[in-house]
This record gives sequence, C-alpha cells and structure tokens, in this order.
Amino acid sequence: MNATLENLESLGGSLRDAVKSLLFRMADDEIVIGHRNSEWTGHGPILEADIAFSSMAQDEMGHAQVYYQLLHEMGEADPDTLAFGRSAREYRCASLVSLAKRDWAFSIVRQFLYDSAETVRLAALAQSALVSLAQVAIKLRGEEKYHMMHGRSWMLRLGAGTAESHDKMQAALNLAYPHALGLFEPTEFDETLAQAGILPREEELRQQWESAVVPVLRDATLVPPENATPVYGGRVGKHPPELKELLEQMQVVYKIDPAAKW
Amino acid sequence: MVSNATIDEATVWRALATVTDPEIPVISVVDMGIVAGVRVDGDTVAVDITPTFSGCPALAVIRENVRGAVLDAGARQAEVRTVYDPPWTSDRITPDGRRKLKEFGLAPPGKRCATTPDLEQVPCPFCDSNKTQMESIFGPTLCRSIHYCQACQQSFEYFKPV
Repeated sequence: MNATLENLESLGGSLRDAVKSLLFRMADDEIVIGHRNSEWTGHGPILEADIAFSSMAQDEMGHAQVYYQLLHEMGEADPDTLAFGRSAREYRCASLVSLAKRDWAFSIVRQFLYDSAETVRLAALAQSALVSLAQVAIKLRGEEKYHMMHGRSWMLRLGAGTAESHDKMQAALNLAYPHALGLFEPTEFDETLAQAGILPREEELRQQWESAVVPVLRDATLVPPENATPVYGGRVGKHPPELKELLEQMQVVYKIDPAAKW
Repeated sequence: MVSNATIDEATVWRALATVTDPEIPVISVVDMGIVAGVRVDGDTVAVDITPTFSGCPALAVIRENVRGAVLDAGARQAEVRTVYDPPWTSDRITPDGRRKLKEFGLAPPGKRCATTPDLEQVPCPFCDSNKTQMESIFGPTLCRSIHYCQACQQSFEYFKPV
C-alpha cells in the first residue's frame, strides 16, 4: 500500500505545495481522459477499437490511482475521496480532457495529442530529482508506449485516408489543438519545480511536445491551426461545462453512500 | 496455526510460489517477477510487490492472496507493500514462467525495448512459426495483444513487452 516515498513525505513548504499541484494536475487529467475513453466501451467502430479505448481507459485510471495515492501519502484524502468527492471547481485538469467525446476522429486526435504530452511529461519526470516521482514515471511510461503506437497508426490511417476521413480529422485537430496547448498552462509553481530539478517549465515541455507531434501530423497530411490561442483555465479550476456533466455521472454512485464498502 | 514460532524466508517464498495471477492461473507471482523482496522478522513478514500494469484489476486480488498465503504458511502478521523500485518489466518473468505462458497458449514477451516494440512476427505459441501478424495492440486484458498465425491459421495472444 505504501510506496517508497521518504523523499515525498519529507518535502517542506513551497516545494510540497508545488509537487501536490503537479500531482493533482496529472491525476485529474488521467481520470477524466480515462472516463472519456471508457465512453467508447461498447460503442467503438470496430471491436478492436472498442477494446483499445477500454484498455487505455483502464491504464489512465490506473495512473490516476497511483498519483492520488501519492497525494494521500502527502496528507491528502484517500484516492476514492479525491476522485469522487471533489467538485469540478476543485479539479485541475486541462480542458482538452473535459470536452465531450464527440466523433471517432475527435477522440483519436485528442488521445494522440494527450498521449504525446503525457509521454513528454513522463520522460521529463523520469529524470526528476525527486526520486520517488522518477520511479513512478519510469514505471508508467512503459505502458504509455502502446498508446502511442495505437494513436500514431490511427492518425495515419484516417488523416491520410479518404477525403472524408481526412476532413473529419482536420476539423477535429482544429478544435482540439488549442485545448491541447492548455495541457501546458503555466502555473505559479513552474519556477519552483524547475529550480528544484523536479520538472522543467511547462513552456519547455510544450516545445518538446510540439517537436514530437508535428512530424506525425505532417505524415498524416494534417496541419495544426495557425497561431492557435491556448485554452487556459483548467489548472485553476475553470472548466468547460462538459466537465461538470461528466463528474455528475462519474460520482453519482459514490455520492449515494460515500462510506459503502465494495 | 503455528504459535510462538518464527517463520523462515524459504517457507515464505514457497508459499508465494503457490499464489497465481488470477488472469493467467498457470503462473505464480514469483514466476511473474512481481515479488520484489521478502523480509522476515520473527513471525512478521513483509512482502514487497512491484505492480505489473498500474491499472491491472488483478493487483488487488494478488495482494490479498499474497497476504493470505503468507499467513497460512505460519506468519502471525503479514504486510504487503507496493513499490516502484525496481520497476516491474516483462524481463522479470522467469524462464520457467515463460515456458508456462507458452504452454498456456500465450506467447511470452520478447526482450523489452525502450521505444517502439516490434509486435510483428511474434513466434506462434502453438507451432513456433514466425509467419504471424498483429491484429490488435490491445486484447482481452491490457497486457496482451492479439495476433494471427498464417502457418497454423490460429489466432493467439501475446504478452506485450513492457
């Protein structure tokens, strides 16, 4: 139940707040995208696609659970309470994951942009000065590489597919891209985390992410929207209305009896 | 069942060898490489578990079964801890474990690589042919992919390297 977290537990003051903020952002992104992915269970266009999104949902929720557990060991509530007991205003996920699932093209584009960002973040954290966080990142990135394989193959298949599939993918990219930039919304903690060698600044991560996604988009004959304005707000609790609807559905059973034993 | 006694580490490992993965019941947690360490202090045992896939629903069951097996083996107290160091990778599956996976009809994982794993030409667990193709990156559990063997014309599952 307890990971080796000596150095997380001993963090003090501003560093502690910064790490908590980072963990909440990562955990909330994961549980919400995981929930969105699970909305394809039983609805995928083909059985393999259905299974893939269900498996990725399971992975993302597993990652969320790991991060919530770390938060719990830093003095926050238990993972269930953190996931099911907080309102939308208390969530710190980026708007990209909050948006409703829309069509298959949008879900593929969103998942690809998201997984690329997660891969960049985990690679950076694997080098983190905070050893316990680095260990977790090393563990989780192994799972993430299958998401990337899945995402890349669908991006190419649909982006460079028929005229219709290409147009749907381009429309999805135009919608998703500004929200994906919001995954790297600067926070008041960036400087602290960077100076402590825990995680590079969000702006630096965004550049790495762009270098990773642009070649795939090019191969998929897709063009990122020019001068896209990032959609910020998620990291300070300002979300599109879709998040509130998602949480209402996700939390309804828990709220009937929070103390129930399953 | 045993009182006022100590339990030795070899007994604990023997007990752990009887705990199987609920989704792959032919292979023990020891063969899977999930057990990262065992510490015995008198009649108190601590077992460190390094999780396979973090979202694996079998983990909670495995944790409970490990605890039960250690208590049944004579420990008075058993603690099961989750650790991420060393991280579990499919390279931790023992040679014996690989043989059992194959007999179960599940192609054992190839050597782990950091970037893009090769999921093509996975050897068929039934006829050993390399004339196989990947059908789906994800399968019935998130650790498996689905493949088809052109030689014996059967589909099979592959334990993906992580």
